[in-house]
Amino acid sequence: MNELSSFWSAWVTILTLGSIFGSYWLLASVRKGQKNTTDTNVTTGHSYDGIEEYDNPLPKWWYWKYVLLVLFALGYLALYPGLGNFKGLLGWTQINEYERDVAKAEAKFGPMFAQFANTPIEELAQDDQAMRIGQRLFSNNCALCHGSAATGGYGFPNLTDNDWLYGGEAENIKTTIMHGRVAAMPAWGVTLGEKGVYQVSQYVLSLSDRSKDATAVTSGKAIFDTNCAVCHGQEAKGNPLFGAPNLTDNIWLYGGSEDRIMQTVRNGRNGKMPAWNEILGEDKVHIVSSYVYSLSNQ
Amino acid sequence: MRHEIIEKNIGLMITLILVAISFGAMVEIIPLFFQQKTTTPVANLKPLAALELEGRDIYIREGCVGCHSQMIRPFRSETERYGPYSVAGESVYEHPFLWGSKRTGPDLARVGQRYSDEWHRAHLYNPRDVVPESNMPAFSWLFEAKLDGNDTANKMIALRKVGVPYTDEAITTAKDDVRGKREIDALVAYLQQLGTVIKR
Repeated sequence: MNELSSFWSAWVTILTLGSIFGSYWLLASVRKGQKNTTDTNVTTGHSYDGIEEYDNPLPKWWYWKYVLLVLFALGYLALYPGLGNFKGLLGWTQINEYERDVAKAEAKFGPMFAQFANTPIEELAQDDQAMRIGQRLFSNNCALCHGSAATGGYGFPNLTDNDWLYGGEAENIKTTIMHGRVAAMPAWGVTLGEKGVYQVSQYVLSLSDRSKDATAVTSGKAIFDTNCAVCHGQEAKGNPLFGAPNLTDNIWLYGGSEDRIMQTVRNGRNGKMPAWNEILGEDKVHIVSSYVYSLSNQ
Repeated sequence: MRHEIIEKNIGLMITLILVAISFGAMVEIIPLFFQQKTTTPVANLKPLAALELEGRDIYIREGCVGCHSQMIRPFRSETERYGPYSVAGESVYEHPFLWGSKRTGPDLARVGQRYSDEWHRAHLYNPRDVVPESNMPAFSWLFEAKLDGNDTANKMIALRKVGVPYTDEAITTAKDDVRGKREIDALVAYLQQLGTVIKR
């Protein structure tokens, strides 16, 4: 398949070569008739306010530089693609140069990555070189949400506190990074009504000893047991299968104030961790997983 | 002297200057309009949906292109960081191109689906909330401004005239698709589809 039709290929070729030879012709034709000028006192005949201009030929070094340039252009066009569909004698393209670079890097790093891939995450987390690579990968891809120190932020989990939504075992971490996670905390505002939202929030606050409304806590517990315990558990300790957080440890992804908790109950939360398998590939995910694992398992 | 013919005849000089400087464009630009690589869409390329199209116009209005390129060059350092290099066929429906030439922030050619919608909203509301080191401006007004959709269909009709295959149905429903939506939702929808046609 030719990139250009033969008409446009010819168009490019003719115009390019035409421009090169045209400029050479211009150079030569301006020089013609001046070759044998030995008298350097001839002027062009212009006189502006008494200022006159000598009519000398181009200096020789300038002329030869120009000729050299023309020769360079012709050589370049013979070796590299430039004339329509002609691919150049070297067969160079930006894509095959890129692919050579990638292959070179693959030859250099491939064996190292393969070795890392065969090392269990727990063990890899002790490997200084792997952790330096992991830290770079983390900075490039993960730090946007989780922060450069991996301490997270509002809505983005802290990865250094050993509190895990989806489990902190090496395999859990890797699964989370490979395939992503979508949290499914439903909105309870309509079902429970504003009063119910208040009561269940008071119960949740009481789990970290912060509720001031004992009556609401009692009715809140009843609501919790029928609606929330399915995911968060009877004791509200959470369930890594659903990514349901532990509500008793005073670690809050979306804030632990009364307002924030009520907001969460009312509107639900659907935090999303993107899947990185397609973007990074499993080998790199493995290294990043080890890095994340190392953050809370020094 | 013969050059006086040109130098003392301003009309002729203008014409000859135009001829002289047009060779570059004739060789470098015009054939691209007819080159297969630049005129054939890549597989699965679809015109932007109404909301994404409005998001793109917000991207243009806010000058995002001034700091973010959408062009991953075929260098290993770029593909390692951003994903597969950009190809011409991805931009066939882009009018105008938003390739950009300045990277104060990162390239966005393949930012789609890389981060969650929530992250984009938090980040656009105030970048420092999620990336403390960031020097990107905050775009908090996008959270209040609503789209009315009055021009959306006309934009699609205009794009269809230059070869973007919008269907009659898409044009008919365009207004309803965007009316009442917040500008932030349009922008995030636009960002989340960037570069997703080509998978690694």
